[in-house]
Amino acid sequence: MSLARETAAGTAPLRSEIAYAEPSMAGASDYLALMKPRVMSLVVFTALAGLVLAPGHMHPVLAFFSLVCIAVGAGAAGVLNMWYDADIDAVMARTMDRPIPAGRVKPGEALAFGMVLAGFSVVFLGLMINLLAAGLLAFTIFFYAVVYTMLLKRWTPQNIVIGGAAGAFPPMIGWAAATGGIGLEAILLFLIIFFWTPPHFWALSLYSVEEYRRARVPMLPVVSGVEETRRQILLYSVLLTPIGALPWALGTAGLIYGATAIAGGALMVALAFRLYRSPGKRAAKQMFGFSIVYLFVLFAVLQAERVLGLQQFGLPFGRVFA
Amino acid sequence: MSLAMDLQPTEPGIVLIAEQKRRRRGRSIAIALALLAFVVLIFAVSLVKGPGVMVRPL
Repeated sequence: MSLARETAAGTAPLRSEIAYAEPSMAGASDYLALMKPRVMSLVVFTALAGLVLAPGHMHPVLAFFSLVCIAVGAGAAGVLNMWYDADIDAVMARTMDRPIPAGRVKPGEALAFGMVLAGFSVVFLGLMINLLAAGLLAFTIFFYAVVYTMLLKRWTPQNIVIGGAAGAFPPMIGWAAATGGIGLEAILLFLIIFFWTPPHFWALSLYSVEEYRRARVPMLPVVSGVEETRRQILLYSVLLTPIGALPWALGTAGLIYGATAIAGGALMVALAFRLYRSPGKRAAKQMFGFSIVYLFVLFAVLQAERVLGLQQFGLPFGRVFA
Repeated sequence: MSLAMDLQPTEPGIVLIAEQKRRRRGRSIAIALALLAFVVLIFAVSLVKGPGVMVRPL
């Protein structure tokens, strides 16, 4: 009931209204934490790869603006994810100190924050850069916040396999921002992140099985068991190795990238095989840690080669597609 | 003017503790900086794109 109606009726004291308007204890850092800055930095890095690899020249200011929009869009998706998953976060040790379960930010505040960020990032990317990039960004936010967070995560152990597409889109958005289209290299970058996501997240889930079980999240180790998860990690790592080398095999990346992709892929498979043969939290943590290094190094080499003009030492197979 | 606006509050209302004031100040500064960055970015993009600032290919 509104203040005017209550006081007019003369039934309720002022204090009853004030009690609902509890002052916020959120600091600026809590809002930053809602945006998942570490995920944002990876998104920016992979989107930058799309921008750098795209043909033609993009003005640095426009490229920077595109990256800011993509980063804010990724942050919006993270905020909406934390808003919806606050119940899960509250029962898991890794996430219980996040701003919403800790009580520093109210769910409604987070929802409004996430929607505003999503709206601004998509609208301004569309207004200032191009509509394809804006459409892809909007779809990515929708895919992560609705398809993955609200549907897949609580429904199927394949959640992170399908949901991994959301994390794979940023290089494609970067490419679309630079060119207004989608090219073969953008699709290759999408595929690398898509096939990298399952072994990365399943390695993490292996040392949080009990927490996921308590939170009733049907992660693969909870539903199919730890042994099956280790097998799937190995299978996806074996698949990832040749996919990681595809940019070199198709002539869009150089020899240094090819050697890095093959060596990195071999190490991923070796770590996955060790995890498969001798399970343990330590092996899972090493697998998780190395998967981050693998993706970072691959994308860094890809960009460095392009900037330094070394990509011409790639295999010529892919040039038949050019 | 409505009846509610005519009434004088008899209680002090919400009184923020020092920590709440500090955090509110932090949020205000963050909003100000974000707005400033937003304005500068839009201005820079407008300069780069020139008269065709709203021209956007698909």
